[in-house]
Amino acid sequence: MTALPPFQALLDDHAADVMAVLRGAVGRADAEDCFQETFLAAMRAYPRLGDASNLRGWLLTIAHRKAIDHHRANGRRPLPVAAVAEMTEAAAEPEADEGIWALVGALPPKQRAAVALRYGADLPHAEIAAALGCSPAAARRSLHEGIKKLRKELA
Amino acid sequence: MKAELKRLAERASAEGLVDVAYTTTDSPFGPLLLAATPRGLVRVNLPTCDPNETLEELARRVSPRVLEAPARLDEARRQLDLYFDAKLTAFDLPLDWRLTHDFRRRVVRAIHRIPYGQTRSYTQIAARAGNERAVRAAGTACGANPIPIVVPCHRVLRSGGALGGYGGGLPMKEALLELEGVLQPR
Repeated sequence: MTALPPFQALLDDHAADVMAVLRGAVGRADAEDCFQETFLAAMRAYPRLGDASNLRGWLLTIAHRKAIDHHRANGRRPLPVAAVAEMTEAAAEPEADEGIWALVGALPPKQRAAVALRYGADLPHAEIAAALGCSPAAARRSLHEGIKKLRKELA
Repeated sequence: MKAELKRLAERASAEGLVDVAYTTTDSPFGPLLLAATPRGLVRVNLPTCDPNETLEELARRVSPRVLEAPARLDEARRQLDLYFDAKLTAFDLPLDWRLTHDFRRRVVRAIHRIPYGQTRSYTQIAARAGNERAVRAAGTACGANPIPIVVPCHRVLRSGGALGGYGGGLPMKEALLELEGVLQPR
């Protein structure tokens, strides 16, 4: 078993990726709350974690679950247009790809998560599958469907 | 991201999830890493030692829940600043001795009782720790002191008055003894 590194190292190495995934999955306005919930849950479980070989995948899996919890709490509604507009306004620094993430935020949950994990966190299909709790083929399909829908929206 | 991380450290601390809180503080000798458990200050890392190795050691020996949480070390930092300004002669901080055991723990606890501006020999410390013949082991225990400066191993000298050794390097030991008025500034 690999020794668990100091928890701070997980923050230093992966906090930005977790935030990117959550922005894609729940939108900029709610990402911060999910970010806090993700790392608090990770800290609670960390001392009992048996396998330190894929800490990034482990954190992104928790982030994905927190995003799902968030959507459940909101009744699985896709973001209404007004919320998207508000989200864009609330952004402290305007980013070039803010528009596309708003579109990602409006995708159905599985597709949204797949796109966020692939392009927000740069995860390979196998890790996306692990995070989503589905087969790699299903993950690939969700990703493909999501991308297709985004292409249509942008065309 | 900085604000988010600060909030996380506060919430994790409030929930009791931070087993080892740490921060880095400036000193006349370079950056010191300070680490505390809920029991008290557990480790001071001198500038001569790699702080990352110290954090890994804390993760291994205390708990992997090691988080940068500077607020938990405000009081230790404040007292150290005063000490380096020669405005404080006795630290009043809760200490956690768990990184040292048995004879070594008795040695560092004996060192902890040496008053400001005074020195003891390795032989005296060995005797205080319960074995006056274990002078060499007492020297080793000084070198392994997990909480230097606050536990003043710089106040332990060789029997003839020679400086002996110091984890932070001899110039630092000399400077601390000058600060406390034991040695005359050169």
